[in-house]
Formats: sequence, C-alpha cells, structure tokens
Amino acid sequence: MGLAPSYFVIGIFMLVPMIIMGVFSFLEPNPYGGVKPVGSLAAYVKLFFEYDLEDNLVFNPGYLNIILRSFQLSFGATLLCLIFGFPVAYYITLQPEHRRNFYIYLITIPFWTNLLIRTFAWIIILGRGGVIEAPLLAAGIIEDSLRMMYTDGAIAIGLTYSYLPLMVLPIYASLEKLDLRLLEAASDLYANRFEIMTKVVIPLCKPGIIAGCILVFIPCLGAFIAPNLLGGGKKLMLGSLVQFQFASARNWPFGAALSMLLLSAVVVTLIFYARAAKRREVMEGSA
Amino acid sequence: MQRLSSPRQGKKALPVGHYRGLGAWTIVFFVFLYLPIVVLIFYSFNANRMVMNWGGFGFDWYLKAFQNDDIQKAVWNSLIVATVATVVATAIATAGALVLARGGNFRGKTVSLGLITLPLMVPEIVTAVAVLIFFAAIGLNWGLGNVIIAHTTFCIPFAFMPIRARLEGMDTSLEQAARDLYASPWEAFRFVTVPLLMPGIVAGAMLSFVISMDDFIITLMVGGAGSTTLPVYIYSMIRRGLTPEINAVSTMLLFVSIAIVTAYWVLSRKTQQDSVH
Amino acid sequence: MKRLLTTIAAAAALLTLGSARAEGELFIYNWTEYTPPELIAKFEKETGIKVSVDTYDSNETLLAKLQAGATGYDLVVPSQNFVPIMIKEGLIQKVGVHSLPNFKNMKDKWKFPEWDPQQEYTAPWQWGTTSFSFNTKLYNGKGGSLKEFFEPSEDIRGRLSVFQTPDEVVSLANIYLGLPFCSEDATQMKKIQDLLVKQKEYVVAYNSETMSDLLASGEAIMTNHWSGFSRLGRLTGAPIAYAYPKEGVVGWFDSLVVPSSAKNVENAKKFMNFMMDPVNMAMLTENQGYGDAVKGTEAYYSDELKSSPEINPPSNLKVFFAPTCSPKAQSLIDKVWTKVMQ
Repeated sequence: MGLAPSYFVIGIFMLVPMIIMGVFSFLEPNPYGGVKPVGSLAAYVKLFFEYDLEDNLVFNPGYLNIILRSFQLSFGATLLCLIFGFPVAYYITLQPEHRRNFYIYLITIPFWTNLLIRTFAWIIILGRGGVIEAPLLAAGIIEDSLRMMYTDGAIAIGLTYSYLPLMVLPIYASLEKLDLRLLEAASDLYANRFEIMTKVVIPLCKPGIIAGCILVFIPCLGAFIAPNLLGGGKKLMLGSLVQFQFASARNWPFGAALSMLLLSAVVVTLIFYARAAKRREVMEGSA
Repeated sequence: MQRLSSPRQGKKALPVGHYRGLGAWTIVFFVFLYLPIVVLIFYSFNANRMVMNWGGFGFDWYLKAFQNDDIQKAVWNSLIVATVATVVATAIATAGALVLARGGNFRGKTVSLGLITLPLMVPEIVTAVAVLIFFAAIGLNWGLGNVIIAHTTFCIPFAFMPIRARLEGMDTSLEQAARDLYASPWEAFRFVTVPLLMPGIVAGAMLSFVISMDDFIITLMVGGAGSTTLPVYIYSMIRRGLTPEINAVSTMLLFVSIAIVTAYWVLSRKTQQDSVH
Repeated sequence: MKRLLTTIAAAAALLTLGSARAEGELFIYNWTEYTPPELIAKFEKETGIKVSVDTYDSNETLLAKLQAGATGYDLVVPSQNFVPIMIKEGLIQKVGVHSLPNFKNMKDKWKFPEWDPQQEYTAPWQWGTTSFSFNTKLYNGKGGSLKEFFEPSEDIRGRLSVFQTPDEVVSLANIYLGLPFCSEDATQMKKIQDLLVKQKEYVVAYNSETMSDLLASGEAIMTNHWSGFSRLGRLTGAPIAYAYPKEGVVGWFDSLVVPSSAKNVENAKKFMNFMMDPVNMAMLTENQGYGDAVKGTEAYYSDELKSSPEINPPSNLKVFFAPTCSPKAQSLIDKVWTKVMQ
C-alpha cells in the first residue's frame, strides 16, 4: 500500500527511538549523562515539585511557567505568521499563472541561506546603532537606542521570520486550486467583499491554513535559536530547557519527561482536530 | 464569461476577489523577508573581522572562503544530504498522502496520520539524541548515510502536509472524467492526478529541501566523523566567533540557487509556451 | 521512477564512501576554529597522514555524543574538568603520553596534573582563563575586582552580559564569595543564587558567543570573556580590555585525548607528540592567543603576542581550576541556574 514506505521509515527511525526516549524518562539519570537501568518516577515528579533546602517536597511552578511562556510565544508567532502570510498567499493566487511561480520562488529563495546567519542578520538590523537605528540617530529622530534587541518582541520577530514560508506555502497550495468563478458566483448572490472572504475563501482553504499553523506552531515550541540569539537567553524556553537537560544539566530522564509532556499535549490537540474533521465530514456528507 | 462587478460611486472598481492594499502588503512582506538577506550580502564585503561592525569594503572574505576546505566540504555535504533526503521523502510522502486523503476512513487512519506527523511534534534535540542512541545500538555507522536517513525521516511530514492540503482541495471530477474516457487507473494517475498535484509536490519538495539544509542539531548529534554540514559548521563556529567568511559563502550559495531556480523557471516557461503553440 | 532508482543507487554509493577507512588517516574532533589549518597542513606534510577535522561547540555536546556511542574520532579535546568524567565512564583510553618522545618538552608545572596524575591520557593543547572584559571607552573602572562584575556600578547597569552556561559563572561567583567549588551545601548555593538573581536585573543578555561584538557596538559595556578570545576581539580594533580581578579568575586547560573507540591510535599519538614540539605549539598559541604548556615556545612568539596582556597575567594573579563536581553538586548548580533563568 502507499503507506507502507512511510510506516517503514518513520516507524523504524522515529518511533523506535521515541519509545526508547519514553523508556528513558522512567529511568534514573546517570551522574555524568546517560541513564542507569533503574526505574524511577523522579523525572516526572520534578516537573511539578522540587526539594527545598530542608528536603521537603514543594510545588514548583518554575518549569510550568517556562512551558506556558513557550506556548504563549509560539501562539503569538503563529498568529503573526497567519496575519502576515495569508494576505500574501491570497495575493499570489490572484496573479496570472506564470507570475505565481515567480512569487513562490521569490519566497523560498531567502531560505536557501542558513537560518543561523539570517537570525544573526536580525541582530545587525535591530541592534544598537544597527540598520534601523543608524539612520534614525543620524537624522536626529531619536536620541538614544530604541533597545529593540534582547526583548520578547525581538524573539517574536525572529520566530515569525524563521517559519513564515511554512505558513505561506501550504496556504498557497490550498488556495491555488480555488476557482475564482466561485467568488464571482458569490458576488452575484449579493455577498459583499467581507462575506466573500469569510464565507467562501477561508472555508475553502481551511486545510491549508491548518497545515500552515501546525507547521509553524510546533517548531516554535521547540525553538531555541531565536530565543537565544535575539532574546538574550534571559528567559528559558522549552527548546532551550530540553537542550539544557541533555547538555549541561546531564539529566536525560528529565529531558525525556519534558519531551513526553510536550508530545502528549500535541497529540491530544491533533486527535481533537482529527475527530472534529471526521464529525464535519459526516455532517456535510449527510446534509 | 468573466463579469466585472459594478463600480460603486465612482471609486476605481476592483474585480471581485481583489482587495485594496493587498499589493502594498505583499511589498512590505517581501521587504521584511529580504532585509536580512540584503544585510547578509552587504556584510560579506565587510573588511572588519567581526560580523556586526562595519569596517570598510573588501573581497577578502570571498578569497578566504575559496581557500577554506572545511567550509567547502560542509557545503557539499549539506547539498548531498538535502537532495537525497528530499527526493526520497517527497516520494514517500506523496504515496502516503494519496492513501490518507483518498482512502476514506479506513481503520487506523488517525494512527497513520499521527505517525506521519510524528517527527514534527518532537523537539529536535530529543529526536537527535534518540536517533543517535538507536544508531549506536544497532551499530549503524555509515557516516553521512546516518545523516541522510535521519533527514529523510524528518522531511517526510514537511513534504506531506502541502501535498495533502492540495489533495484535499482537489476535485476528483477531472480524474473521473479521464476514467470515463477509458483511461486505466495508472494512466489517470500519471496524466491527470500527478500534473494536478504537481504544485503541492513541488511545494512539499522545496519545504523539505530547505528544512534539511537548515537542520543542525540532529546532524550534529547523529553524524559520524567527516559528516559536518554547513549549519553544523556555522553553529560550532559561533563559540569561536563568526566571521564574514560565512556571509561570503552564504551569499555565493544564494546566487547559485538563484541561478538554478531562474534557469528552471525560464525553461518551464518555454515549455509552457511551446505547448500552447 | 527510473530516475528515482538511479538517485537511490547514487545515494547508496555515497553512503559507502562514508565508511571507507584507509591506512594513514586521522580524525580530529575539536572546538570550532581551534585547529589552525596551517598546523594540520604541516603535520600532513611531515607524516603523510591525512587529517580530517570535525567540530563541536561545547564540552557538553562532546560528552553527550561520546556517551550516546558516537564512533570514528581518534582525537577529541575536552576541558580539564571533563577528563575525569570521561575516564570514569570509559570513554577515553590510556595512551601513555608520558612515554612519548616530546613529553620532556612539557613545562614541569603542568606535568602530571590533578585530572591525569600519571599523564596516561592527556596531551596539552591550550590553557586559558575566564574573567570579564570591558569597553575602555565607555567604562572608567579598571577591572580590579569581581565586584565590578557581580555588583555593577550605575553606568554598567543594563549593559552587562554574562555567559549562557552556568559552570564558569558559578565558579566565578564561588571565587567572589569565597565559597568552595562544587559545594554540596544548599545554604552556600543559595547565596550564589541570590547573587546571580540580583545580577540578572542588570543583564542585557546571556551570551557565550558574540561578546566582542557586543562590546564593540556598545550594546554591552562589560561581558564575561575568555583570555584569548578577548585578545582576538581587541586585535580587530575594538577598545576591549581583559580584567584580572584581585579575587582571582577561573582557569581551564584543554587537552588532546583518545576516545576508546578510536581506530587510528598510533596516528593520534603521533599528533600528540607533534604538538609537544615548541615550534608547533607556538604556531597554535600565535593563532589562538591562549597559553600553552610547552617549554621554549616563547622564542617563536611574535612581538605582538609576547606583549599581549591576555597571555601575560600579573604574577600575583590567583587562578582557580574548576574540579569535576559530584553529581549532587552539579544538580545544585543546575537548580540555581534554572531558578535564575526563569
């Protein structure tokens, strides 16, 4: 069947390692990295509690804060990508056929340069005396640095920038199939511009929008380049936290537990989405 | 056949479906997109060693980049891995998308969907360590091959999603028409489905290529000796200080890819024109 | 379909390339830009051995990779506090460095160090110090005390940068507060935590990469720094000075070691021996700007290097080399750091 190769590749090279990770989250950490073959729930306990100075178990919201912050920032970046990217995908669809591909290539070309470098370029752009500030300072419009770097805003820009094509391309792929005559028909039926957009265009390209949002949201959750380089590393995000566990902190089970938590949240969301999609199909089918 | 909607009160009439300001928005979008690129190219001529401070104009870094074996090897590795991973992943993803989008609600559909998107849901660092341990456990030691396998695996969902989105929006009447005209399933697939699906496949392949070229944490952990790719090299360099040499290399890569893409675009326009005549 | 098959065949051919091993090869795994190409070229010319260099960004990445079973490397370069861990975990092997011909060239004070008492595992690479640097144009202070770093004066507040990883920062805090390294005492660690949390208010970024850039542009007036790296920043023309505070600085020592899974052990030893020749070691020091542990290298230094303050610390400078922390101590450090970062 067509699914066999997918099952094979992902099953072996992804699923099995993930199962190993899952097992690791229930083991004890080896002092210098790695795991000991001893069962323990310590990693999961650590997510919510910690031992204070007198060795009492105390509720610790710290890690949960980090997780919450990551979700907030990722959600924000996804929203920004959507707001920024959807009109562009739509605009491209409106162009004549031969020009469309040109625009698409224009969008992907920047992504032939390395993400790290491009993020670095933002430091030059947003930084003190950088590309944005230098002319403003010279013209006397501002007197001191705008201090754009090392803020949450800088992180948001970085994240949005990193994943923008992942939002635009799927939406475009979906919109491209849009028959413009449907819009004409809606207009003939006295729909105004707003209604055409909300009641015809958007529902028709929903699969593309959803795909785009998922493709942006999830990498954002685990991202650590933009938060580190542009945010000054002052606030830990989920990606850096997990990386920290495998690197300096050398607590692999805890890193694995964090990942399992993240994974479950995402799986639950996707299951909800699949159920809702099924329900929608059934309803539309019977209508 | 095409009718313009009636103009209102003397304002310039926009055809149905067009909205004021879309063009301007798109321009702003491209400025945003290209600003770092322009900065990148500009600073590749920076005579100063430190990336973030301008020190005069010069081609030094380009010369240095040409002499730097390590960077060249890294770029070469990156290209090989990305190409192979993209081809294989796109093929696998297309096969999978066809089944999932067309096969109706068969048992295990949700599970299959979950499996295909699994690589997307896991933080890269976790995938990286998990796959490394797995390879070590089964004794797989193919150097760059390890990297290719890992990349193929996580590129599959990236290729999959645009293809599936495209399939879901595709109306099947054209294929049914082909079948009605006595085309075999294979012919219908090859001459109707695939061309219709092409934009989705191309989008998927491009996404996959880009993701592969950019990945470093997985490559860093999984790669054996001699399998340094460009992002890994750059990432490791950050500790020691980024030089405009990297900017120079990135700029050159950029122009090479622009050249390739432009050539492809010109060629495909020609074939379109030829087929019209 | 046909094209797909040919591509897969090509890929398979490429895969086998990756596992080919010839005689006379050496695979070095080192920090980025820590292996000057001229040095490698010289070695290749003298011995005919073909050398490949791969790179990593931190001790932790190196350790994680070796522990997860990566093979194929003949030489790696850990810092001194990682060597005992690697020995304990069986990740590196004895090669009897003390019996190599050029061993006699090593400076006596570095022979048989704490982390390798019989000199079985390690050959010297570079050593240096960790302290802080500042922009001389924007700061009036002299860098004479760690107080300037941990409790910065008015003009630096909001323009301070600290390393992104905890180990060296906590070590400096230990020196400043006069607390022992690798403490397992929660009360002592709490003092460090309080110090770092207070400091965070004045920090603009936690950064271990672009310190010199930050100082040059004025985004930061004072940053954590390493001796040689600071010198490189200064050489580009930025007004950067490296501080030697009276309380002391953190020292580190990077060594060449041979992983247990190495295939070209003899070639690795040849390289270790090669590096203990003063001519070659001087080449490395000239390129990196850190200190070395081989006698007679000064004769080959350039004038600039000879007079550079970063490798000529004041004679009364206290240098503390961080030992390997016990797991309990390491987890306390981790706790403190996570609290600071939240």
